[in-house]
Amino acid sequence: MTLLGRRGILLLLLLAAAIVLPPYFGTYYTRFATQIAIYGMAALSIDLLLGYTGLITFGQAALFGVGAYAAGMLTVYGVTEAFVVWPCAVAVSMLVALGIGALSLRTRGFQFIMVTLAFAQMTYYFAQSLRNWGGDDGFTVPQRDHLGPLSLADHTTFYYVVLVLLVLVAALAHRIVRSQFGMVIRGIRDNERRVAAIGFPPYPYKLVVFVIAGGIAGLAGALMANHAKFVSPATMSWQLSGELLAMVILGSANSLIGPILGAAFFLAFRDVLSDFTEHWMLFFGPLLVARVLLVKDGIWGMLLRAAGVADRPDEPKVDYPEAVERIADPEPGASR
Amino acid sequence: MTLALLLEQLFNGVQFGLMLFLMAVGVTLVFGIMRVINLAHGSLFMIGGYFLMAALAWTQSYALAIPLAFLGAAAVAIVLEIIVLRPLYRRGPLDQVLATFGLTLFFNEAVTVIWGREPIPLSIPPLLTGSVEIIPGGAYPIYRLVITGVAIVAGLLLYWLITRTRVGALIRAGSDNREIVAALGININLLYTLIFALSAMLAALAGIMMGPLLSVEPGAGDPILILALVVVVIGGIGSVRGALVGALMVGIFDTLSRVLIPLAIQTNATSALVGMAVYVLMAVVLLFSRTGLFAAHRG
Repeated sequence: MTLLGRRGILLLLLLAAAIVLPPYFGTYYTRFATQIAIYGMAALSIDLLLGYTGLITFGQAALFGVGAYAAGMLTVYGVTEAFVVWPCAVAVSMLVALGIGALSLRTRGFQFIMVTLAFAQMTYYFAQSLRNWGGDDGFTVPQRDHLGPLSLADHTTFYYVVLVLLVLVAALAHRIVRSQFGMVIRGIRDNERRVAAIGFPPYPYKLVVFVIAGGIAGLAGALMANHAKFVSPATMSWQLSGELLAMVILGSANSLIGPILGAAFFLAFRDVLSDFTEHWMLFFGPLLVARVLLVKDGIWGMLLRAAGVADRPDEPKVDYPEAVERIADPEPGASR
Repeated sequence: MTLALLLEQLFNGVQFGLMLFLMAVGVTLVFGIMRVINLAHGSLFMIGGYFLMAALAWTQSYALAIPLAFLGAAAVAIVLEIIVLRPLYRRGPLDQVLATFGLTLFFNEAVTVIWGREPIPLSIPPLLTGSVEIIPGGAYPIYRLVITGVAIVAGLLLYWLITRTRVGALIRAGSDNREIVAALGININLLYTLIFALSAMLAALAGIMMGPLLSVEPGAGDPILILALVVVVIGGIGSVRGALVGALMVGIFDTLSRVLIPLAIQTNATSALVGMAVYVLMAVVLLFSRTGLFAAHRG
């Protein structure tokens, strides 16, 4: 107990549940859990930007989609070795992230949100215009890749591969935010000017995080292409970008584990409500509004509170110059 | 490519630009004055089209349906401002983005529930069908001329409202220093509701006028919203003048690139270039100016 702490025990319980439960409940739930792990990975990449660097990106789906397209296309061309396909997908996504990040990180605050959204929409239209690849309809991927000698056609095998990758990515992200580099980016989040003053130029640091996050989103996209055996421009839509952002916030930003729980919540919500109505968005929209306006914690924050852990993740601080004025004037009109 | 065709496309570009202006000016006013990012602005555009369609089915008359749709959209906006937007003034940008995104999801689904998923075509008002020959050899649809005129009138009215009236003075003062305005005994809450309703009515106006040109469907406002955001980024946030210049740039650039690029390059990549042209324009502007052409606010 003292060795791990309550937070550690909670994490182990979640991991144990992720390992044992889905195969126990059968194929449907295994596929469902695979989907959670994939969206969780994409949402986690946003948390690196949002929770740890203070950047609100509304375009992460673009990088997810680029990874999906890259992996899907390679597989269609007959390259089915995952050790080749997935790194390629990650590399392509990182390249695109480098381009988008280099431009959009020149802006701050409101503009950064809008510019990431706009560039994501640009990649969306680009994918839509690929007539040879189904245009708006997308294309089917003939088969899943092979991971060395391991065939991923079996849903359970694929699930465990995705789960292992998710754990590795989370561990890597954890290493990154705890490293010296991570201290700099968290410093940038808390006070960019001070970090610049002590000799760390913020721009290259932010760009590196943006590219790393892009690579993680790309890997998630490649896994999605394998999971669904189908790729379409919808993987780059602004709705998906928004939903991924919503997952991070529902689960607790600034925690790395929260986004995964958020993804689980989002998909479970959709799955359960879909049994009753096709119009589940009618309920999800107001739920998101309510979470933002009324609830302080995300799911991970609530779990930690229930377990009595004192050190809970904060609501993310974000890079937003306009906020300076807001602090000076917390309640406009209140002085009336 | 004849000169007449080029001129016609230029006209179309200006007209599309003015529609974008009606959208972008709402985004920029709401941000410039209330410091709120409103991603639900596209929903108000969409609602304008749906309300017009519903009012038309009910009254069978454009003369009645258009004001009804307009007022309906304003009513939705006022309710929205009081319930959702007001608590958001005190929140950070992340909360604003998520809450207004949630609203968009809700509205897109709500119109699906009420009117179905299929796009609904709207016809051009019978008085305004047909076309006139404004330049020799090029017939131009009257409807497009009329909506261009309406957009110009709306823009001029807005200019008059902001620069010549008491409410406009309050709006300008509110964007400079809201504490002083509040200290002077002005009801800031009422002012904010008014500005939000105004921006919503401009978005609905664009939606109503574009209804017969596009079709009315769930999510119809989303691509327009994103283009309006591009306009705001190019023009500079909070600047009405920037919104106008940016909107005309984007409108003309988008329309002309759709005509000229396929003429210049005939490969598979053509359609990709066409869709991306506007965003390339934005990227170029960002390379030269980080805050857009007419940044109104420090930071």
